[in-house]
Amino acid sequence: MVNITINGQKIEAQNGQTILDVARSHGLDIPTLCYHKDLSPTGNCRMCVVEVKGGRFLSAACVTSVWEGMEIETHSEKVVKDRKLTLELMLANHPQDCITCDVSGECELQDLAYEYQASAPSWGSKGTLYPVDSDPNPFIRVDMNRCILCRRCVLACGEIQVRDVWGVAKRGFEEVIVAGAGTSMLEARCESCGQCVAYCPTGALSNKMNYGMARAHQVKKVTTTCSYCGVGCQFDLLVKNNKVIGVQSNPDAPVNGMALCVKGRYGYDYIHHPDRLVKPRVRRYLLEGKNKSDIREAIFDNRKSNNESSNIGSPWDWVETDWDTALNITARKLDGTRNTFGADSIGVLTSAKCLNEENYLMNKLARQVLGTNNIDHCARL
Amino acid sequence: MAGLAASFGSGAMSNSMDDVAQQAKAFFIIGSNTTEQHPVFGTMLRRAVKFRGAKLVVADPRRIDITEFATLHLQQKPGTDIALLNGLMYIILEKGWEDKAFIEERCENFDEFKATVMNYPPEKASEITGVPVERLYEAAEIIAQNKPTAVMWAMGITQHISGVRNVMDLANFQMLLGNMGKPGGGVNPLRGQNNVQGACDMGGLPNVYPAYQPVTNEEVREKFVKAWGAASPTKVGAVVTEMMPGILEGRTHALYILGEDPVMSDPDTHHIRKALEVIDFLVLQEIFPSETAAYADVLLPGVSFAEKTGTFTNTERRVQMVRKAIPTQGDARDDWWITAEIAKRVISEQLSVISEQSRKIDMDAPWAKWDYKDTSAIMDEINALTPSYSGITHARLEKGERLQWPCPTKDHPGTPILHTKAFSRGKGRFMPIDHVPPAEEPTEDYPMVLSTGRVLYHWHGGQMTRRAAGLMAVYGEALVELNPEDAARLGLNGNKRVRVTSRRGHIEAEAWVTDRVPPGMVYANFHFPEASANELTLAALDPVSKIPEYKVAAVKVELTK
Repeated sequence: MVNITINGQKIEAQNGQTILDVARSHGLDIPTLCYHKDLSPTGNCRMCVVEVKGGRFLSAACVTSVWEGMEIETHSEKVVKDRKLTLELMLANHPQDCITCDVSGECELQDLAYEYQASAPSWGSKGTLYPVDSDPNPFIRVDMNRCILCRRCVLACGEIQVRDVWGVAKRGFEEVIVAGAGTSMLEARCESCGQCVAYCPTGALSNKMNYGMARAHQVKKVTTTCSYCGVGCQFDLLVKNNKVIGVQSNPDAPVNGMALCVKGRYGYDYIHHPDRLVKPRVRRYLLEGKNKSDIREAIFDNRKSNNESSNIGSPWDWVETDWDTALNITARKLDGTRNTFGADSIGVLTSAKCLNEENYLMNKLARQVLGTNNIDHCARL
Repeated sequence: MAGLAASFGSGAMSNSMDDVAQQAKAFFIIGSNTTEQHPVFGTMLRRAVKFRGAKLVVADPRRIDITEFATLHLQQKPGTDIALLNGLMYIILEKGWEDKAFIEERCENFDEFKATVMNYPPEKASEITGVPVERLYEAAEIIAQNKPTAVMWAMGITQHISGVRNVMDLANFQMLLGNMGKPGGGVNPLRGQNNVQGACDMGGLPNVYPAYQPVTNEEVREKFVKAWGAASPTKVGAVVTEMMPGILEGRTHALYILGEDPVMSDPDTHHIRKALEVIDFLVLQEIFPSETAAYADVLLPGVSFAEKTGTFTNTERRVQMVRKAIPTQGDARDDWWITAEIAKRVISEQLSVISEQSRKIDMDAPWAKWDYKDTSAIMDEINALTPSYSGITHARLEKGERLQWPCPTKDHPGTPILHTKAFSRGKGRFMPIDHVPPAEEPTEDYPMVLSTGRVLYHWHGGQMTRRAAGLMAVYGEALVELNPEDAARLGLNGNKRVRVTSRRGHIEAEAWVTDRVPPGMVYANFHFPEASANELTLAALDPVSKIPEYKVAAVKVELTK
């Protein structure tokens, strides 16, 4: 236990805690950019500097441990001036294109610039140095002009995904984040999990699939559970105009935190695929009251012509119907089969992709309504 | 699951992913391509190895991605897992590394089991598995000296004719080391689909009602007769790999399929197509016109996960909310609504035509009705009839409670680790397990071994991921993994397409020449209908679980003309 003072407030802290840990756990604000609680602190952006009494320089709160009797000022005049200058230096190396930037509104640099009223200094900006949208990865949009060299992407890839795709090349003004040894991301063995995008505080790394489609304040976020594997990751679906336009990490997800895989984060566009079935369909023979056994030849012909209704009027053609028609035919057929061949002549395949509640009903349908235990799903497959 | 049920009395992942990842001193992964099939859990294991120094032993015929992080990779021949495990357990017993107190207090049938294991000295295990004797000793030492060890597996263990026996041998392994019932240990079968755990929990199996209440148990049947107001079928039903052949044999006349695609996911596609061609009636509830839709008589449009509210249960028995984010597309309907409508209409058919055959349902029974307002109302019924889910409600989940079953009451906090004090069946039962060779071994005509599975960028039959543009950009067609030695022998030079033929059928696809597979083995996926591995697989089944042996089939590989 150590006793420290922050902004005149006496606080008991644990040994080994950083100033930032202590401040945040007491609801005291210290701004950060390169720091993220999931990643190793590097202390490189200098946003979290604070004044420690007796210190020769300002100290980075994210990497400075507390000691007995430490006296800290988080917003002294000197600190605020220093932070503002740091922001101005960053903005000098950052395009002034917030007006068209995808992450405007959830950009941590923008928020801090606003808070500290910092803008690009009159002595200029270095302008566009790198190609925009420079990587062929189909999911991740790279614009290194917007990069502030915080290294969160490097750490997210190295410490969360443990793939080490991103690294830092060159020094000084030329310092830049690169994939592999300056290759494309996929060549550097990127798994396209998008962790780097999730942790990027600016628009340097963003999502290609919904670039330009909506900003943070224009979407509704709905927290849900992924529909791919059994890990059970949770995330937020981003919805605009009743369409899912993206997936975003939700830090409170019980299993996965911010982490997702390529399918979970980027495999959502099937939801609005034009192939989606949106009307019940029945084969024409069912509407004409025919027996399937009498139309075998037509089915065969139809299959030969690749299942498309090229021969108009085939009894095996699909016909779109209303729900009542389709459901009544289904019920009549199932009940008829049961009465003719017995309940065990019917098989029910339920779905490992559907809800518990839906699976429960399939089990009830088989056992209560049809009277068979012939129910299974793809657990074995 | 059947294997764990025999050994412990219940079949599910015993531990939670975070306790495994954070507290295991060693991991033993056998038959799980974790980083591709459970990617986020795979990264948790990578972190544990890299930053916490946990040891990792991977046993897999292929040099899968996670082997990069392995302390040791055992490359056993496909279908020799029992010989491998027995060989490792022989060494553990020889060295006296077994947990004698745990075996004494918590287990039974040890002597019979030990007698069997004693038939697998390392030399013999090495001969069967192809793993050098010294590697077996290294692996046994790493695992036994770094406890607790968590064992993880998936379909690489279960999709064999010896699948259930493989699982029972893994249960033996963890009992022998005393790794059961503690954080960082356990038996951890990783469930493939998002809600395969839930589908099993909810009675989507031919032998059990929800919460694994056996259909053969008189008391259980009586409970459901009272609840649902209808006579309960008495005999265990057919599994999917029996229903399909049943069509050709005149046993199955109608199928109601919800969100499954047997043409892509079942073994021996040719045979499945033949069966579906002649079925009397097939109703398919789907979101896409799948490969199976071509054979359907009625196609009912359900909805994607983004359009529904309810729950999924993940691999560690965690029940989580799924929330509706967008309106239902077009004239599609909630899947639960469709099932309920079918049920109501079948019941009214039964009531309207009173005959000898019609089924009698007492609609005044407490849970006989099908008038659900929403999925929360269905959950109320689940609570009433499913002991392990009795305390899990939408309201609790919406309050942010984190619940893993068993959760028997509304104030129960859930159960992150199973078997902490006793096994579900009381004592854990050691099972004497002998090696069984695969159903189909290489011959002169079919000299290579085919194993099948999925890849990172696609999902199962591919109905969803083949409709995701970015995923297709990264992995747009089926690739067959082929070892460079075999490629050279075939004269694969520039021309990269190969034809893979088994006794059931053939596929043509591009070869990915890679030492991920050892010489003599090819690996194919079933994501793409134009080259689906299931054209080649055989429907040889485990006698208990009826799981098909997807991981071993004899094939020949030729250059395409």
